[in-house]
Amino acid sequence: MPDIRLSPDRREALAAYVFLSPWAIGFVLLTAGPMLASLVLSLTDYRLLEPNRMAWVGVGNYERALAGDPLVWQALKVTAYYVGLSVVLELVVGFGLALVLNIGFRGIGIVRTIYYLPAVISGVAVSLLWLLIFQPSSGLANAGLGLFGVAGIGWVYSTTWVIPAFVLMSLWGVGRAAFIYLAILQRIPTNLYEAAKVDGAGRFRRLVRITLPLVTPAIFINLVLAVIGKFQIFTEGFVISEGGPGTSSLFYVLYVYRNAFRYFEIGYASALAWILFAILMALTAMVFWTGRRWVYYEGERSATQ
Amino acid sequence: MTQAKSEADQGWLRRAGLVIALLGAATVMVPIAWMISTSLKPETEVFRQPIEWLPVHVRPANYAEATTLIPFWLYFANSLVIVVPVVIGTVISSAAVAYAFARMRAPGTGAMFGLVLAGIMLPGEVTLVPSYLLFKELDWIGTYLPLTVPAWLGGGAFNIFLLRQAFLTIPPEHDDVARVDGHGFLKILWRVVIPQSWPAISLVAVFAFVDTWNDFLGPLLYVNDQDRYTLPLGLNFFKDVYNTQWAHLMAASVLALVPCVVVFFLAQRVFTQGIVLTGRR
Repeated sequence: MPDIRLSPDRREALAAYVFLSPWAIGFVLLTAGPMLASLVLSLTDYRLLEPNRMAWVGVGNYERALAGDPLVWQALKVTAYYVGLSVVLELVVGFGLALVLNIGFRGIGIVRTIYYLPAVISGVAVSLLWLLIFQPSSGLANAGLGLFGVAGIGWVYSTTWVIPAFVLMSLWGVGRAAFIYLAILQRIPTNLYEAAKVDGAGRFRRLVRITLPLVTPAIFINLVLAVIGKFQIFTEGFVISEGGPGTSSLFYVLYVYRNAFRYFEIGYASALAWILFAILMALTAMVFWTGRRWVYYEGERSATQ
Repeated sequence: MTQAKSEADQGWLRRAGLVIALLGAATVMVPIAWMISTSLKPETEVFRQPIEWLPVHVRPANYAEATTLIPFWLYFANSLVIVVPVVIGTVISSAAVAYAFARMRAPGTGAMFGLVLAGIMLPGEVTLVPSYLLFKELDWIGTYLPLTVPAWLGGGAFNIFLLRQAFLTIPPEHDDVARVDGHGFLKILWRVVIPQSWPAISLVAVFAFVDTWNDFLGPLLYVNDQDRYTLPLGLNFFKDVYNTQWAHLMAASVLALVPCVVVFFLAQRVFTQGIVLTGRR
């Protein structure tokens, strides 16, 4: 029966599609399908409690979000404040820490382990821990500040301090970023530094002229991922401050969640989700676009990696 | 600059660096130490001033009591019932998909891989609401299926990418030898590719474990029966009901985090190297 046997190429292609099928099903059902569905839903007034009554409202939900709902702008403001402050601090502190760790010393393995701990413990348990630490009357944070004569910060109970408190929490995990930068630093060939030393370049000049240009690709990728990741903060806001006090920690995803699952406004929540998506795409595109100017690539190789 | 002066300079810098690194490590440990310390104090001594790092009266009974204030071990078991199939499904399906992308030629795979890469950047919140509606349509709300089944459908864009990169570093001749022996793709994946990729595979497994164990939003949406709560839901419930019993709350939190810390220490080397290699957040 040689006629109905598949050629090796065909057989390989068939096998490939079989192996890829779980992903393909997942992509259609859990990614592409839901994205399209949410785009369509965002143009309707669909509500979870009245599933049989659904009307087409065009861009009405988007108009309402951007022109008629001050909470959307509040959520964007709060989230941008948190993301901006935590991303910049993580970049500065993480890179500084990486420069320090790059000096190299014995026992770095233990330091590395400790720095990574915040990466594996997260979520509700850690949120509760921070809630304890930020208790204004006699929590650890204020007890520590009391030693320096600073008193009475309300932390997560204060409209002023709630976001800085969240930024401090996120900075607890800065060690991870530091070790990513460290790996990049250690890939810089030492002969570049030797050559610069021979040419009489001092430590600072070597940092600015060799180290910084060579680590910018890593900074750049890290920046994109940090912005996307931190924009999605939810659990901490839900558990610790419930968006408060007032609306001062109403993170964007928390507001989407409330509209969808507390007010059951599926149509409106879908529009909010698409606005978030558009913002993140725009930010990513912006970082990529400006990145072309300040990112130094070592030949073509790292650009395609 | 003389050689001697340069070396002295180097020694000074090294010591300063060591001090900064150790101070940083101590800072990271402070909240964890506080959590453990609080978990061992009598409730009346939690907020004593000046603060007491070592409990004056050590009270290990907090731990036993915390596990009965909420049905801790039931929630622990519920979390395990979700985490185990998620880890297995994530590893199997992402390895199969990554293998196809790394080794097989078929029309359209390039474009599909492009979609995988795009998926890494996609914030999950965009698909949150319609996915919920899909699972509602399937009548899966209240079951663990919305939390476990997706892991078997590709295992996540990032894991596919990570494993594909790992598989690409294995010399293709190893596959060819096996193929000449008449083995099919499945057998080559199982016998040749996976045994040579343990670091990447365990990295995927550890990430899947930790992320699922700590997940709050998923169970919050899909689990509504209190007997089926996972640990994060249980802890949040604990906080809402007994929010002044900080010592017991911290005892329960410590217990909830133990599995993640154990997994982390077991897989520590691959874990830390993996984060560095991939930049995963």
